[in-house]
Amino acid sequence: MDMITIPAVNLSPILPEIFLSVLAMALLLINVFVPGKQKSYLGYISFIGVVVAGVLACAGWGTPVESFSGSVIQDNFATFFKIIFLVSAGLVILIADQYMEREECNHGELYPLILFTVVGMMLMAAGTDLMTIFLGLEVMSVSLYVLAGFNRANLKSNEAGLKYFLLGAFSTGFLLYGMALTYGATGTTRIAKIATAVGQMSVPSTNIMLVAGMLLMLTGFAFKMAAAPFHMWTPDVYEGAPTPMTAFMSAGPKAAGFAAALRVFLVALPTLQVEWSQVLWVLAVLTMTIGNITALRQDNIKRMLAYSSIAHAGYALVGFAAGNSTGTAGILFYMLSYAFMNIGAFAVIILIGKKGETNGNVMDFAGLGFRHPVLAVAMSVFLFSLAGMPPTAGFIGKFYLFSGAVQKGYVGLAIIGVLNSAASVYYYLRVMVYMYMKEPTEDFEWTQVSAPIALSLLISVAGSLIPGIVPSFILQYAEQAIKLI
Amino acid sequence: MENVNSYLIVSAILFSIGTIGVLTRKNAIVIFMCVELMLNAVNLTFVALSRHLGNLDGQIFVFFVMTVAAAEAAVGLALMIAFYNNKESIDVEDVNIMKW
Repeated sequence: MDMITIPAVNLSPILPEIFLSVLAMALLLINVFVPGKQKSYLGYISFIGVVVAGVLACAGWGTPVESFSGSVIQDNFATFFKIIFLVSAGLVILIADQYMEREECNHGELYPLILFTVVGMMLMAAGTDLMTIFLGLEVMSVSLYVLAGFNRANLKSNEAGLKYFLLGAFSTGFLLYGMALTYGATGTTRIAKIATAVGQMSVPSTNIMLVAGMLLMLTGFAFKMAAAPFHMWTPDVYEGAPTPMTAFMSAGPKAAGFAAALRVFLVALPTLQVEWSQVLWVLAVLTMTIGNITALRQDNIKRMLAYSSIAHAGYALVGFAAGNSTGTAGILFYMLSYAFMNIGAFAVIILIGKKGETNGNVMDFAGLGFRHPVLAVAMSVFLFSLAGMPPTAGFIGKFYLFSGAVQKGYVGLAIIGVLNSAASVYYYLRVMVYMYMKEPTEDFEWTQVSAPIALSLLISVAGSLIPGIVPSFILQYAEQAIKLI
Repeated sequence: MENVNSYLIVSAILFSIGTIGVLTRKNAIVIFMCVELMLNAVNLTFVALSRHLGNLDGQIFVFFVMTVAAAEAAVGLALMIAFYNNKESIDVEDVNIMKW
């Protein structure tokens, strides 16, 4: 009888993932023995864990290493995205504790779930097989459904979880069907082999199965990026979910969607670039415009940032549609700086908010500039960066995304992007007008800024400013990352 | 020899039925069942294609899809119970505090 030989497996490329999974499972066990008031310690442990995973991930920078017979890879592209995910997870862990305590849902499961989400996102970025990407996406999504509905007693949070779950599972169906059709057209699920198979087709754009598979996969990824017209879930889920989780969802999974889509489209389907970049062109315009126009009339600040997050997905799609090295390196740069500025803004929202998610309107920022100048300055930095004003990271990011589009010849797309960007200034500056030019409406009860939130604000301000002042530092890494994809 | 096209057509029909169900049904559990129908349509596609192409990748994929569907069901039903506890309904028309 033949023995089944087990191939030697090189575990080093997925060391950060293994480390975080083990840590998360250990935390689930430890959680049972930690009394309710000391759950913060789990947060501290997971923060240290995230930092360690970051060091492990950074160690992988350099030559690509494949593992699991080519279904996972450790290359600079994956490493760069892993850092984005770890940055967002680390910042969110820092801001989560104070919020969860205020809302009285400080369950220890929060931190393991965040870590599992990160593991899923990392697998999405590192996967070189449709199977791995699918598994990573599901590990991420299933954890996120729980995180969105984490505040069990709060009906809004329940709603957010339920909506996210139903629409997320729905979009998974499309993604999977797309993968199945792509498999049927090419005979493999390995990304590199798909590229070879497509390259051998005489006219790949007439292969209906392949094109349908490509479009269905794009639908699935667009859902995760919150790109229009697949953005319907975003405002409700972002508004209802606990604020730290909203911050996390807007930064991490969006970047993960881009990571997986970039790898699938740039590596597996470069021969169809003419076709998919046209589709992305339309998606980018729709996403930017719908996001910005709807954001103009929002009073709830979480909902406003949800629409703004849709608009930001649109800007990144501009770089994706261009598909050249400037545009795609711009996506990497933008996703990293977006994590800083957006999570920073949500940290301020947490501090302004009161128990039961009240005080979440733009008007509640009235007078913040006089009451708490430091916080107001931090919020201004985030808002300026989100609006894309120099010298912030948001400006440089947009600059690269749009110049990628111009290089590719999509001048119209770049112009629409700049116009959208200008429109967005209105709703970001509206918050600042309230902060600096309006008197506070009522007695402003000040919540204490806890040390973790202060640290995360500090990191976020640095992360929103430094890449804007010395962009080449991060951009050179982004360019190296995209080169070896 | 089997004709792969008929399998693909059946699975496309199943997938469409699932999609239409998700879009038209009101009960969250029924919607979720329709999603499962979509996933099973995908499974059928994978298995048929795997047999047609003569390689096993597709069948392995199906195992993953089934596992993930089970995990999703566990989480999804838990979310529905949490919602039901607060609202006494799992009709998506009642999922309406925020604009849907």
